[in-house]
Amino acid sequence: MFRTLPRFEYLSPDTLADALGLLNQYGPKAKVLAGGTDLIPEMKWGEHQPAYVLSLGRISGLDHMDYDEKTGLKLGALCRIAQIEKSQVIKKHYPILAQAASLLASMEIRNRATVGGNLCTAAPSADMPPSLLALETKAVIASTEGERVLPLDDFFTGPKQTILDHHEILVRLEIPPMKPNSAGEYVKFGRRRAMEIAMIGMAALLTIDPENNQCIDSKLAFATAAPTPIRAKEAEKKLIGNKLDADIIETAAQMASKEASPRTSWRATEAYRRDLISVLTGRAIQTALEKIGSG
Amino acid sequence: MDQRLSHARYVMPAMPVPAQVGSGHPEAIKEGKLKHKLQIRVNGQDNEIEVDPWRTLLEVLRDQLHLTGTKQSCAEGHCGACTVFVDGKAVNACLMLALEAHGTDILTIEGLAKGGKLHPIQEAFVNHGAVQCGFCTPGMIMATKAILDENPDPTEEEIKKSMAGHLCRCTGYVQIMEAVRAAANQRM
Repeated sequence: MFRTLPRFEYLSPDTLADALGLLNQYGPKAKVLAGGTDLIPEMKWGEHQPAYVLSLGRISGLDHMDYDEKTGLKLGALCRIAQIEKSQVIKKHYPILAQAASLLASMEIRNRATVGGNLCTAAPSADMPPSLLALETKAVIASTEGERVLPLDDFFTGPKQTILDHHEILVRLEIPPMKPNSAGEYVKFGRRRAMEIAMIGMAALLTIDPENNQCIDSKLAFATAAPTPIRAKEAEKKLIGNKLDADIIETAAQMASKEASPRTSWRATEAYRRDLISVLTGRAIQTALEKIGSG
Repeated sequence: MDQRLSHARYVMPAMPVPAQVGSGHPEAIKEGKLKHKLQIRVNGQDNEIEVDPWRTLLEVLRDQLHLTGTKQSCAEGHCGACTVFVDGKAVNACLMLALEAHGTDILTIEGLAKGGKLHPIQEAFVNHGAVQCGFCTPGMIMATKAILDENPDPTEEEIKKSMAGHLCRCTGYVQIMEAVRAAANQRM
């Protein structure tokens, strides 16, 4: 049986101010449309029946990418996943972000899906959040009252739930520059490689002091490891100030596994996911270290 | 009759289910009186039509412009049968509102053959037996074009990665891979 979309009115304002005004007016009756690769199927399945679908497609500037060595990257919420996957700037300065983008769904979906949409759908398994969390991304949220900026860490409030209010739009991400002597790795683990939803996804980002080989900064962030994308902050702390030998990596990997709260689903059991978290953490840290070592 | 042999369970509805409407919606939305003007260029031809806001690009291409080469299969982005180009990018037409394509240039499978002559990718699919039931073929061919437009000499791994969003229920993937390779070789 082919599902069709429920009826709604389509709004396509030309400016962000108009969009925010319309959201103020219609509030919970409206759904914001970015790439549509999540919203359209979800509406076909009957998960949403908005009276108004508010498209951001005609608003210029929301898909800008702007990199500065000192301040980092400003990434418009409407940047397509394919744009991030292929961007030379992102490949060079934030390779774990390009890595995550390249593993999201299919070529056709990457051509439509947006980074802001991936965050606002807030699937616990979403591909973009681990790398963005590891990079200490800030989310810029607009409403008619102005903008507020908050760490992406505070953005997710539950499975498919975010801190966004009905009258707000995620407009931009701000990613600080990577520190020198840093490298990371994004790992997506699933049963197959095509069109997979991560059984566990994770990003590791390490900074090593070249003088004494000690870890001076570490970030470990996970998808499908809890009801929201999370960072394993205790495990991160364990790595800092240490030389990363096999013992310390194993200890941190075990800590990350304990900090997570994965669920049992048909994809994998909680116990299996916990094992995966420690195994993948170890692997991702090793790979990141090799990348730093090879400069 | 043996219940296991009964097809009664598999009867398909003759028509797509009518669009549901949320309870608190304004009357105009419930009654579906909100047509929008849509201007799109499809295979080099300009069109101006009236569409319902809840129609996908796929529905409008097939039902209003009668371009039925583009197929509907899963209707939720898994299978790739509905792949078309929007402003040069391959997308799933089932996941895009028709109105989101306002002002764009669209290429469908019907736009590939020129002057009664098949496109080289189509030729390659025919010559390598990459068409079985044929339902996935339009999407597969559009994806092949997208891959080769961007990377004229892809590795097998790169082809597989770009084809990840396409399903062939006849499982004729080996011949499809051969056809993509052959089309690439011919272009070089």
